[in-house]
Amino acid sequence: MSSDWNWRQQRDKSAYLALEDGTVLRGYSFGASTDRVGEVIFNTGMAGYQEILTDPSYAGQLVTMTYPEIGNTGINQEDRESRRLFLNGFITHSQNRASNWRSDQSLSDCLVAADVPAIAGIDTRALTTRLRDKGSLKGYLCASGALAEAEGIAAAREWEGLDGQDYASRVTCDDAYTWDEDGSLTRSWGITEDLPEADLSIVAIDFGIKWNILRSMRRSGINVHVVPATTSADDILKHNPDGIFLSNGPADPDAVTYAIDTVSHLIGKKPIMGICLGHQILGLACGGKRFRLKFGHHGCNHPVKDLATDRVEITSQNHNFAIDADSLDLSKVEITHINLNDQTVEGIRHRNEPMFGVQYHPESSPGPHDPFYLFDRFRAMIENA
Amino acid sequence: MPKRSDIHKIMLIGSGPIVIGQACEFDYSGVQACKALREEGFEVVLVNSNPATIMTDPEFADRTYIEPLTTEILTRIIKRERPDALLPTLGGQTALNLGIALSDSGVLAKYNVEMIGANAEVIRKAEDRDLFKKAMKKIGMDLPLSFSAHTIEQAREVRLKIGPFPLIIRPGFTLGGTGGGIAYDEKDFEEIVTRGLFYSPTNEVLIEESILGWKEFELEVMRDHADNCVVICSIENLDPMGVHTGDSITVAPAQTLTDREYQRMRDASIAVMREIGVDTGGSNVQWAINPDDGRMVIIEMNPRVSRSSALASKATGFPIAKIAAKLAVGYTLDEISNDITKETPASFEPTIDYVVTKIPRFAFEKFAAADDTLNTQMKSVGEAMAIGRTFKQSLQKALRSLEINHYGYGADGRDAAFKEMDDETLTAELVRPNAARIFLTREAFRRGWSVEDVHDLTNIDPWFLRHMEELTAYEDEIASAGSLDGLRRDVPLFRQAKEFGYSDRQIAYLLQTSEGEVRAARADAGITPIFGLVDTCAAEFKAFTPYFYSTYGESSEAVPSDRRKIMIIGGGPNRIGQGIEFDYCCVHASFALREANIETIMVNSNPETVSTDYDTSDRLYFEPLTLEDVLHIYRHEKCDGAIVQFGGQTPLNLAKDLELNGVNIVGTKPDSIEAAEDRKFFQEMAQRLNIRQPRNGIAVSAEEAVEIAERIGYPVLVRPSFVLGGRAMAIVYDHEMLTRYMTDAVEASEDRPVLIDQYLEGAVEVDVDCLSDGTDSVIGAIMEHVELAGIHSGDSACMIPPANLSAEAEATIRDYTFSMARDLNVCGLMNVQYAVKGNDVYVIEVNPRASRTVPFVSKAIGVPLAKLAALVMTGQKLSDLGFTSQIVPAHHSVKEAVFPFNRFPGIDIILTPEMKSTGEVMGIDAQPGIAFLKSQAAAGNMLPTSGNVFLSVRDSDKPGLETVVRSLQELRYGIQSTSGTHKYLKEHGIESTRVMKISEGHPNAIDLIESASLDWIVNTPSEGATQRQDEIKMRSHAVLRGIPITTTVHGLRAAVNGLVTLGSASQMDVCSLQEYHEAIGS
Repeated sequence: MSSDWNWRQQRDKSAYLALEDGTVLRGYSFGASTDRVGEVIFNTGMAGYQEILTDPSYAGQLVTMTYPEIGNTGINQEDRESRRLFLNGFITHSQNRASNWRSDQSLSDCLVAADVPAIAGIDTRALTTRLRDKGSLKGYLCASGALAEAEGIAAAREWEGLDGQDYASRVTCDDAYTWDEDGSLTRSWGITEDLPEADLSIVAIDFGIKWNILRSMRRSGINVHVVPATTSADDILKHNPDGIFLSNGPADPDAVTYAIDTVSHLIGKKPIMGICLGHQILGLACGGKRFRLKFGHHGCNHPVKDLATDRVEITSQNHNFAIDADSLDLSKVEITHINLNDQTVEGIRHRNEPMFGVQYHPESSPGPHDPFYLFDRFRAMIENA
Repeated sequence: MPKRSDIHKIMLIGSGPIVIGQACEFDYSGVQACKALREEGFEVVLVNSNPATIMTDPEFADRTYIEPLTTEILTRIIKRERPDALLPTLGGQTALNLGIALSDSGVLAKYNVEMIGANAEVIRKAEDRDLFKKAMKKIGMDLPLSFSAHTIEQAREVRLKIGPFPLIIRPGFTLGGTGGGIAYDEKDFEEIVTRGLFYSPTNEVLIEESILGWKEFELEVMRDHADNCVVICSIENLDPMGVHTGDSITVAPAQTLTDREYQRMRDASIAVMREIGVDTGGSNVQWAINPDDGRMVIIEMNPRVSRSSALASKATGFPIAKIAAKLAVGYTLDEISNDITKETPASFEPTIDYVVTKIPRFAFEKFAAADDTLNTQMKSVGEAMAIGRTFKQSLQKALRSLEINHYGYGADGRDAAFKEMDDETLTAELVRPNAARIFLTREAFRRGWSVEDVHDLTNIDPWFLRHMEELTAYEDEIASAGSLDGLRRDVPLFRQAKEFGYSDRQIAYLLQTSEGEVRAARADAGITPIFGLVDTCAAEFKAFTPYFYSTYGESSEAVPSDRRKIMIIGGGPNRIGQGIEFDYCCVHASFALREANIETIMVNSNPETVSTDYDTSDRLYFEPLTLEDVLHIYRHEKCDGAIVQFGGQTPLNLAKDLELNGVNIVGTKPDSIEAAEDRKFFQEMAQRLNIRQPRNGIAVSAEEAVEIAERIGYPVLVRPSFVLGGRAMAIVYDHEMLTRYMTDAVEASEDRPVLIDQYLEGAVEVDVDCLSDGTDSVIGAIMEHVELAGIHSGDSACMIPPANLSAEAEATIRDYTFSMARDLNVCGLMNVQYAVKGNDVYVIEVNPRASRTVPFVSKAIGVPLAKLAALVMTGQKLSDLGFTSQIVPAHHSVKEAVFPFNRFPGIDIILTPEMKSTGEVMGIDAQPGIAFLKSQAAAGNMLPTSGNVFLSVRDSDKPGLETVVRSLQELRYGIQSTSGTHKYLKEHGIESTRVMKISEGHPNAIDLIESASLDWIVNTPSEGATQRQDEIKMRSHAVLRGIPITTTVHGLRAAVNGLVTLGSASQMDVCSLQEYHEAIGS
């Protein structure tokens, strides 16, 4: 029988999560022995923690998984969504050793290697209920056990938070690159075995881009040249791309002023598609305003209605900000998709120019593949341009 | 698009009696559908032969037909009711098959009835193996290599094409995999294929590459007519491929798939639903995954609501059947709101923040000769579900919910037998899937076997095994506290033990103390569970549905109201002797109390039931029915009282302890209930009240038993005290038999005495249900059993009103019943069993609680007895409720039992004092004989109206046989008989064809069965041992061949009466329950 049970450590609860409202939840550390502040949010997806850990959009956040048994499938090389982990910390009820034929690392080892703190032994439902009622809260995750609780609370309160913060520039790539020239990253397990000829090429602005967006583009026969977030419109157009893609990314779209500016110069010049932060930037570039959702949308089960077809798609979502429907000039921009849970804007399209954006994640990963058609729609838009 | 306006009247078919593979889940789905459709203004015509269902309560449909589920009868109902549409997807395989039959026979077209939900073509595509395979190949799904065969010769050819054993054999169009199996060698192969070909209505079997040991998953998918699809729940089977999913321990959500793997399965499941063409409703899609490389193959899809969808509904809070009904009449998912959150639509995918475990409950103890190896043919009779924050909690709760005297994953002193097992046996038993295997994994871990070792033997995923290994190891951690005092001082350890799902009973065992002590220590340490909410959304939205489970954590979400509230303790998992009838009573109690403005708190652990529908009661607690779990809820809610008399033996077993812990038991007091079970008290009461009782005695040793039996005189009825459903009850004819019984069947002791009763041969048995308010009592019904005393009342057919009781006997029955109700201070229901010989009435047993027959009686007399009983328990008087005198309806009602014999080849089907039936049906008609025939038809014992009757009757049954046989001759049946019966008939001037007994050579009865030249078998069991073995073989063959078989002369007599009445009409009339009840009123 294995003897590496850590029951005593679990009982000692030497790690804690302190919230700005003064709440302290004690648990045990299963990641890096370090402390981190961040915005505490919850994600309701039951699987897909590896994709969440490696999604750059979670930069600045302490992510709580509402599903209690986490780590079950370990970590594998194929399901990564970026080059590294970006979130500030990870919060779960329980953590498990892996059992999956594709797993080559345990969740815990992965977190330690990435220097990301993680806490388990938390009543994540109580935490989620608190976040639902109070809205996202700033938190201090103390996995080192070195800081007194009161100081942890103070640290959480002192942190500047994510509002008005440009995190895109922190997570974007350092240098431009072309995605997956030999196809090996796209041709991964469960995605596809055969790749079509890539007959189109686009530029993607990386605000924290997820690899499955890149894989999805490539699967749709589109080559992608990825450029850093701050790349100018001129530099982008120099590539003479068939289309331009604005990626997802962390934090507040209002703070990415340079990108809003860049994008407003690109609309009308080339077909544009935006996802998540990219979609918000499109909205702002078209004159709209963003607002903060109480506790955001983070999960894999959000119903979105395509207003053109009346079809409902189940979508993967991860955002704290949304475009205010009332702020949009509807003579210029059309709302194409809405969230059926809270009626917020999920998709927009320019009435005169080839441009659309969706708030949710058609590339899924994690989440359902229902909205994959949007990549084909982008392709068709390019072909018709 | 809103609901359809071109249809108004919808016919719904229920699933009939509870059988293995089709249980309460279809009552649950049917009730939801009836409610949903009527809410939308549709007229509902419901047909179901099972009186114990809530759906057949007259208020759930506009017209309710309790009639046999046959195409003939359904055709008559369609002709009479002219529905616009037929919804066949909510009544299990039974309804689906009938839907196809009605479509194929042209009845639906003739009467212009549209099949909604799924049409015949869709059903066929999903159910016909070849069509299904073709469809799956078309959309690129991977399948196990397989071929179908229609003959044994074809099957042999196919076998060579597939390769080595083992091979899986699945018959087409059968429910729960009846007749299927796994062939490990040629002999198995021949046997299973032959059986499968027979069972399949299309004479088809599928022979398949083995994927035994692969991981098994199920997805519950819903689709609307606008092609919106959502997955409600994923389920992972802990038991890998090879065990029927109904017999598997299953866990929701899936635990060992990455998102990418899960989404592949989701995409594929939706593609399957689209390709099969289920326009609207729910479907279940089953997948197998090769644990080594992730290869995913489709197993099957059910284009209907299923047992798994009931589980998925209870696991997530998403009401699949209700939504399916609404989708069938034209709504789209986004037009329906999620009842739980109210603000969000039904077009979403539930996400949960807990782990759900379902564990099947088996009844092999009832069928000693049956093979208890689990395979692709379902064998379990019920299931329990538990919700915990973690898998460990969930598993331990589910195991104690089973009510098999286990209080979690071992550590309860119940595993002594496993300790004795040598390693070789343990290895073999881990390899062989069986009901005890889950507990054997613990024994393996105790012996230091590794997760890898156990995985190699069981193929259970290491993820689950690691949790079990950890639990096994953790026992020592608890024990390391040294004593309860030690544990009390180490609060974090104490709390952790509770978080790991350990019950107080287990902790008490590990620390050698009592459950009560642990409970007290826990209260001292401030460790109490919290109650979490089942809300479909992992707390993302505020939820309004009060559906709770216990766990250990920060704060409780169940905030008690300050209303007056009563707890109703349910019946737990279905088992033989305790099933849907008790759930029916609990549901009625809830309905009645809610109407009376009392808050109802339902506690139950059975996911199939209506009682665990979240809108049946004001609050639902999905919890194990143990003292610890029930007390937590009672105290948390600060209930004003608890009802224990409706949920069968489960709550009764808890009653005394609950009372000792301050629970106010409403209605008849536990003392009275216990007293009635106490033989001594009972005898004293009988004497005091001047009530005749069969001579009897109580033995605590074999010697004493012999002494008593000799005093009473043989034959005697013997049984252990305090048992359910007549376990180990027997009729003993002589000294030798008695000695054998005392040594083999029971272990008599001071604590567990054996009861011995005079066996009244030839007496008519009578059941009485009575309602009492403490002052007045009213008889619900006097039921006369068709079979003689000595057959368990649950297995016996019975009728209302009685046919053969004298007025004097009935008067005595009433007197006795009333005086006992008064003496026992009954407040609520009481059931009495009598044996009647002429005018002499003997009381056999009194149970001051709801009985199995309450729903049947309620339907027969048109009075909801359980509802009235619940109200009486809250202080109302029968006179206030307007129930003051016994109702004797003009129509006749017959209840017949339904048995699982076809699931257990080779076992004897003879009825004994040991209850074996899983369910019941009801036949109603103006004519008693027709009512009986209907009950037989409904039970699947379709008596032929012409053909050959085979008679082989024991000597004691021969007197009087000639009159019945003469009637058969007049009805132009051919008569065949074995030597003794032949001789007897001849002596009475009746010619019959003599057939050889099995021991006499060929052609014998079995040969005739095999050559299909017998249409009806009448065989009463003989006393001789060899003869008995032959007969068992013959009866078992008849069951497997589907030939109607009658095993008592009284059953034969009742049937012949019916056939005579049916006469030349040869068709049975149908009439709705509402019409029958109206006639009673007027």
